[in-house]
Amino acid sequence: MVTVFIPTMLQPLTGGVKQLDCDAANLRQVIEKLEQSFPGIKDKLVEDDRIRPNLAVAVDGEVARMGLLEKVTETSEVHFVPAIGGGF
Amino acid sequence: MVANIVLSEIEYTHVGKRPIRPDGVDKVTGRAQYGPDITLRGLLHGKVLRSPYAHARIKSIDTSQAEAYPGVRAVITAQDLPFASLTKEELGTGYQALKFASNHILASGKVLFKGHAVAAVAAANLHVAEEAAKLIKVEYEELPVVMSVLDAMKDGATLLHDDLFTSSLGETAKTASNVASHSRFEIGDIQEGFAQADAVVEHEFQTASVHQGYIEPQNGTAFWNADGQLDVWCSTQGAFTVRSALADVLRHPVSKIKVTPMEMGGGFGGKIPIYNEPLAALLSKKSGQPIKVIMSRVEVFESSGPAAGSWMKVKIGATKDGKITACQAELALDAGGFPGSPAASAAMCAFACYDYPNGLIDSYDVVVNKPKTAAYRAPGSPQAAFAVESVVDELCEKLGIDPIEFRLTNASKEGTRRIEGPVYRRIGLVECLEAARNHDHYQTPVDAQPNGKLRGRGVASGFWFNRGFVSSCNVTVNPDGTVGVVTGSVDLCGTRASIAQQTAEVLGIAYEDIKPSVADTDSIGYTFITGGSRTTFATGLAAINASQDIKQRMVERAAAIWDAPVEDVEYVDGVIQHKSDSELKMTFKELAQRTLTTGGSITAQCNIDPSGEGNSFAFHVVDVEVDPETGKVDVIRYTALQDCGKAVHPSYVEGQMQGGAVQGIGWALNEEYFFNDQGHMSNSSFLDYRMPISLDLPMIDTVIVEVANPGHPYGVRGVGESPIVPPLAAVANAVYRATGVRMQRLPITPGKVLEALWDKNGS
Repeated sequence: MVTVFIPTMLQPLTGGVKQLDCDAANLRQVIEKLEQSFPGIKDKLVEDDRIRPNLAVAVDGEVARMGLLEKVTETSEVHFVPAIGGGF
Repeated sequence: MVANIVLSEIEYTHVGKRPIRPDGVDKVTGRAQYGPDITLRGLLHGKVLRSPYAHARIKSIDTSQAEAYPGVRAVITAQDLPFASLTKEELGTGYQALKFASNHILASGKVLFKGHAVAAVAAANLHVAEEAAKLIKVEYEELPVVMSVLDAMKDGATLLHDDLFTSSLGETAKTASNVASHSRFEIGDIQEGFAQADAVVEHEFQTASVHQGYIEPQNGTAFWNADGQLDVWCSTQGAFTVRSALADVLRHPVSKIKVTPMEMGGGFGGKIPIYNEPLAALLSKKSGQPIKVIMSRVEVFESSGPAAGSWMKVKIGATKDGKITACQAELALDAGGFPGSPAASAAMCAFACYDYPNGLIDSYDVVVNKPKTAAYRAPGSPQAAFAVESVVDELCEKLGIDPIEFRLTNASKEGTRRIEGPVYRRIGLVECLEAARNHDHYQTPVDAQPNGKLRGRGVASGFWFNRGFVSSCNVTVNPDGTVGVVTGSVDLCGTRASIAQQTAEVLGIAYEDIKPSVADTDSIGYTFITGGSRTTFATGLAAINASQDIKQRMVERAAAIWDAPVEDVEYVDGVIQHKSDSELKMTFKELAQRTLTTGGSITAQCNIDPSGEGNSFAFHVVDVEVDPETGKVDVIRYTALQDCGKAVHPSYVEGQMQGGAVQGIGWALNEEYFFNDQGHMSNSSFLDYRMPISLDLPMIDTVIVEVANPGHPYGVRGVGESPIVPPLAAVANAVYRATGVRMQRLPITPGKVLEALWDKNGS
């Protein structure tokens, strides 16, 4: 099962649930599973069928390169984190 | 005095050595071509008219007199940007981003900082352009200025934008605000954590806006051809990001924009945004001639992007045996006139050096009437570390624990979960701390009060993520046995050399036979900026992969020449040989000489968006001497330690560590944008904006701690960001140990030290 960590600021949408285990093969499926459990959460994460531009997704500690197509495995951890702002 | 030290784990033939840089001769003989060196037939010069107010409504702009001035070929205002003729409906979700980007380039409706570009003129020479710019009549209605994040966040504060609503992870506030975004990170139970603490320290901190201080001003030259082809030459850290930004604001296809990155006279993050390039492009489109626009030093200070000023509150609790139980922070970073400060980065970096069970961090990106901030080495991390590492130092003193021992007790290590979620892989903070504890500097006691002056030692840690991102590399075997390596990575600090070394290591040929070069956007695949300590890692990986491909192609070519199965041929240390027939053998050079008559040139390319980046940690030790009569602080000894992963070129790594330390010392002691009540910068020259120079400082000793990054074949992590992080707090902590006063507002000027001493001593 993929373990999805819910960002603190989205936990009001999940009733305080901090993580969710789900079956998924890629990020798109992860977010669909989240939406099924917590309606409305997808809009906070996705815009125009892409991860929101101010957001990054870390899969097993690595920033996802493939957006919603990023593959996840049965043991993956998924975190939604801010995209590093301000350039560098 | 101790010299530079490399604590190495593994030796390679080329990686880890200190060869001469390929661009060295051009640089030292003055032949290197920088942006202002560009000359084109019919070249005109542009001058920008800038706002004299920090906050004002533009009531009208009359350019008629300027347009009529002899020698003037074009005048532009915000009305010449495509945004002026696009509707909200046409732009959809991209409306606000384009509005902010366009209004930053040329103000529309309001000016949001002194120096904000309002109009631009192109003329036969700069003097004519300057005179004509003076003839542009702008009618302003002055508005109250908001200069600090605390003022900007107050209820009822003057708003910079009436359509900016605080966003919080997809949630958008209903009322307009100067707070562009709010992020929150949480782990464990913060209340429970502080309840478990035997000692708690909490303070507020402020840092000033500071500039990257690059020597070469921003510049851009553009020619908009009649067929729509736009060619741009500029000083940038990323030619492709300039191309993308120009395509956005000019609504022009990327296929019709070619950006040529010129040599860089410093960037440090400040040369990622576009300023002059779109102005030159629009002036060129209007005049039909190429245009060059170069900022003056005053314009660089007042109109390009400084690092964010900040207000921060940090609270840390620990048990009496020195185990951290809770970390809490509020971080508000100023973005300047438009959103985009590195507030979220600051939050993620703040406690990154520590393994703690309970934490809560709120960060705010806040607009104020200052120039729009830009990146500056490890954006957000130095500010946050100043606050956190100052509190840690006070906690150590309160608990009577050595600052390094405290940090070792709580250090992040492999397996530590970060507050935003991910878990660290192999990192080298513990190794840095141990190297510091064992270093001669830390082992040598500080002299007490020589000549009536006060001495003290401070330490601090620092963190930066390091990242990969997209890079491209083309590798070509030349007929003389040399190898061309073309990348899209602008060389800020020796990356031609570090990429050439990695190429030579893979191919097993001489470093001097590698010919690296940096290409324009038409000549190489997309490559992200040089910044974030990514180039030696990511573009290096692209070169490694392409070089592996070259090896395979060389084996195939040799097999074809020998009429042997490919699997019977191998590539060993720059020699291509048959596995069982010792007579069949060619050096790389010998085979290269035969390529053109045996099937043609051999070329390989790699486009990569690599994972496997390795986080970077730094730890600094500094001794200062404070004159209690004048308040002046002198740095008398400084040692910078850092886990760099494998140092590909140790001399350049040491240079990065020393440069970062010096810039951080400037941030701590001298540098600040000094604004008057009207929001005007009062010190916009290098005479008054006081950066440290060699006469101010001792030699910065370095210790490179090589904890190899398992995500890179040679263990590369990235170097350039984290050395600027610790100095702010390390210096402040040293000043405290010398004087007994905690400095919680930067810079630590003589006046502030004297006032603090007077407060402490009651006189």
